[in-house]
Amino acid sequence: MRARRLALALTAVAALTLGACSGGDDGAGSGGSDGATAGGGSGEKIRIGIKFDQPGLGYQDGSEYTGFDVDVATYVAGKLGYEPDQIEWVQAPSAQRETMLQNGQVDMIFATYSITDKRKEVVAFAGPYFVAGQDLLVAADDDSISGPEDLEGKNLCSVTGSTSAQRIKDEYAAGTNLLEQPGYGECVTALVAGTVDAVTTDDIILAGLASLPANEGKVKVVGNPFSEEKYGVGLPKDNDVCADVNSAIEAMIEDGSWQKALDDNVGASGYEPNDSLNPPTVEACA
Amino acid sequence: MSNLVLFDVPGPRTRRRMLLVNVLAGVVVAGIAVWALVLLGRKGQLAPAMWEPFVQPRTWTAYLLPGLLQTLRAAGLAIVGSAVFGLVFGMGRLSGSRVVRWVSGTVVEFFRAVPVLLMMVFFYSGIAQLRVVDPPDVPLLAVVLALTLYNGSVFAELVRSGVHNLPKGQREAALVVGLRPAQSLRLVEVPQALIAMLPAIASQLVVILKDTALGAIITYPELLDAARRFGSGNGNMLQALLIAALVFIVINVALTTLAERLAARVGRLTAGTAKAETPAMAATT
Amino acid sequence: MDEGYLDQFVSLFDQYDVLGAFWVNIQLTAYAAVLALVIGTVLAVMRISPVPSLRWAGTTYVTLLRNTPLTIIIVFCVLGLWGQLGITLSSDFQTNFFRLAVLGLAVYHAAFVCEALRSGVNTVPVGQAEAARAIGLGFWPAARLVILPQAFRGAVAPLGNVLIALIKNSTVAAAGSVAETSGLMKTMIEFRPDVILAVFLTFAIGYVIIVVPVGLATTSLSRRLAVAR
Repeated sequence: MRARRLALALTAVAALTLGACSGGDDGAGSGGSDGATAGGGSGEKIRIGIKFDQPGLGYQDGSEYTGFDVDVATYVAGKLGYEPDQIEWVQAPSAQRETMLQNGQVDMIFATYSITDKRKEVVAFAGPYFVAGQDLLVAADDDSISGPEDLEGKNLCSVTGSTSAQRIKDEYAAGTNLLEQPGYGECVTALVAGTVDAVTTDDIILAGLASLPANEGKVKVVGNPFSEEKYGVGLPKDNDVCADVNSAIEAMIEDGSWQKALDDNVGASGYEPNDSLNPPTVEACA
Repeated sequence: MSNLVLFDVPGPRTRRRMLLVNVLAGVVVAGIAVWALVLLGRKGQLAPAMWEPFVQPRTWTAYLLPGLLQTLRAAGLAIVGSAVFGLVFGMGRLSGSRVVRWVSGTVVEFFRAVPVLLMMVFFYSGIAQLRVVDPPDVPLLAVVLALTLYNGSVFAELVRSGVHNLPKGQREAALVVGLRPAQSLRLVEVPQALIAMLPAIASQLVVILKDTALGAIITYPELLDAARRFGSGNGNMLQALLIAALVFIVINVALTTLAERLAARVGRLTAGTAKAETPAMAATT
Repeated sequence: MDEGYLDQFVSLFDQYDVLGAFWVNIQLTAYAAVLALVIGTVLAVMRISPVPSLRWAGTTYVTLLRNTPLTIIIVFCVLGLWGQLGITLSSDFQTNFFRLAVLGLAVYHAAFVCEALRSGVNTVPVGQAEAARAIGLGFWPAARLVILPQAFRGAVAPLGNVLIALIKNSTVAAAGSVAETSGLMKTMIEFRPDVILAVFLTFAIGYVIIVVPVGLATTSLSRRLAVAR
C-alpha cells in the first residue's frame, strides 16, 4: 500500500519536474483532480486536521492528542456520529490547510484556523467556535508592557515567517527588535531567560503555553488583544455537514462543555477570553 | 604519515612541563564550564525539574524513541534511494554514449549544488500541491526525495572517482576475456570501486542520518521534531535539544565505527586502494 | 510557457529581494569560512601535536561537532549562548544573530576543515618529517615550515568541498533568525504557490551559479598546487 503510494508520488514528482508549463494554472479550484482519491469520512473514520505542536490547543502527547481544538473537534465529531476512536488526527500545518481540504484528504480542520474572506474563496467554514486576538506573552513580573505600542526598542519573538510580528512592526512599534524562531517553544525559552521581552501570536495560543506546568508563574498573557481572529472549522467547499457542525458548536456552548474545555486547557494561565466576543455566535453556512 | 616521527617521545622534563600546561588548561576549561553552569543555574536551567523528565520512560516511549524510529526510517529509505540513484547516474557518467554522459553529469552537478533544505521545502509544498499523496506522508516523501537526490549525486561521484582510481589492468583484463565495456563496468569495475569507496560512503551515511534533522523544519516527526515538541510542552527546550544531539552523536559514532570495521574487512577484495575518506563530500549538515 | 506565467514570475522579483538574500548567504559563508579555517587549523595541529591531552581534546571536538545536526548547533548559539549566557556579538539586534549564525557555521565546519587538513597531512610522505627532524627542527618548526604548507596544498580539494558544503549549509542559518535564501523561498512559495516550480528553480540555479565555479576553481587549484611526487 505504502509502496504503491510512494511509486505514485515519485511519478507525480517527475510530472512536477517536467510539467513546468502546467504550473501556470492556479493550484486552487479545479476540484476534478484525478489524484484526489484518498480521504473520505463516510461511515468508518473521520479525518480531522489539527496542530500537533501547540500545547493547550492541538498537541500530540505521545499517542494522545490534547488541547482545546482537539476537545471541540471530538465533541463536534461525536454529534456527527463518530466515537473518539473513529477519529484519525492529521497534522495540519498552517500553510497546508487549504490544500488538504481541497484534496478531500481531511474532512475538517480545527487548527487555529481564522475565517477570512480570502480563504472563503477556496474552502468553507463552520463556526466560529472561538474568537481569538493577537496578543502578547510577557514575563510574569513585567508590568511595562500592556500593549503592542510598548514594544518600541524591546525584543519580540515570533515564529519564522509569521505575519503577526511583522504587523507589530508595521502598525504599532517600528523600533521593535524581532527574533524569529522555529517554534513558540523556543520563543518561550528565550522569554523565560529574559533575553526577549515578549512573544506574540493569538492570545489563546499564548494562554496554552502559559498554562503549561513548567511555565506557570513565569509568564503571563497581557490580555489586550489587538486583532480579531475568528477560529472556524475548515470544511471542503462542497460539504453537507456545515449546518450540523454549527449546531454541534451551539450545543457545546449551551451545555457548558465549551467553557469546560476552555478552562481545562488554558485556564491555568489565568487567561480570560474576550467575553464580549466569546462564546461566539456561529455564522450561517454559505 | 605517522605522528610519531614528528617528535621524540617526551622526556621527563617535557613531561613535567606538559603536566603543568595540562593542569593550567584544565583550570581554564573548568573555569569556563563553572561560569557557564553558574549562569545557567541562575536562569534555572539546571533545576532538576528540567532534567528529570528524561529519566522517565514515557518521555522516551512517547516522544524520543518514536522520533528516532522516524529518523531511521527516513534515513533508511534515503540510503536505499541514494544507492540506486548513485549507481544509475554514476554508471551513466561512465557510459559510452556522450548524451547519457552529459545528461547524467548535468543531473549530478545540479543536485550536488542545491542546498538540501531548499529541496525539502520545495518538495514539501510541491508534493502537497499535486494532491496524490496522503498529507501525513508528504513530509516523509519530501525528506527522502531531497536526501536521495543530493546524496545520490554524491554517491554517483564516488562511483565515478572509484572507477577512475582502479588500475587500468582491471578493465583491460575484462575486455580481453570477452566482456563488453558495459559488462566490464557492471561486473568488474563498479563493484571494486564501491568497496574502495566504502569509507567515503560510510561518512556519507552519517550525513544522511544527520540531514534527516532538517525534516523538522517541514514537520516531519523525526527525532529533532519530537524533542522540540516535548521541549515546548514541558518548558525544557534546551535540555530536550541537548538530549537529541547526544542521541544523534551516539548513533553516528556507532555507524562510523561499524563502517570502518566493515571497510577494513573487505578492503582486500578490491584492486583499488581504499582511499582514506574524502572528507570532501562528508560535510553537510 | 505562456506569457502570464512569466509575467507573474518576474513581478515576484519586484516584491522580494532575492539577490539580497543570496548576498546574506555569501556573507555568512565568507565570514564562517575564514573562522572555520582558523579553528580547523588549530584543531589539526592539536591532533598531530606531541601533547596527548591536546590530541584528545581535538579528537573529542571533531567527534562531537561533526555528528551533531547543524540545526541544533545554530539553535544552541541563539537560545544557549545568547539566550542563556547573554553572549552578545553585536549591539545591533539583527547583526548579533548574523554573527551567532556565523559562529555556529564556523564551529561546525571547523571539524570538517580539521578532517580535510588531516587528510592533507596524510599526503605528506614520512620522509619529509624525518628529514625535518634530521636537520634539527622541533615539532613546531617542523609542522609550521615543512608539514603544514604541504598539507594545505594537498588538502585543497577536500577543503574546497568543505567550502561548498558551507555555502549550502548557510541556508540553515534561517533557524537562527537570519533572513536568507531558504526563508525567503519558503515565504515566496507560501505567497505564490502557483509559481512554485519557477521559484524553486530560481534559487536552485542561483546556488548552481555560486557552487559550480567554486568547485571548478578548487579542482584546478588543487591540480596546480599539488606537490609533484
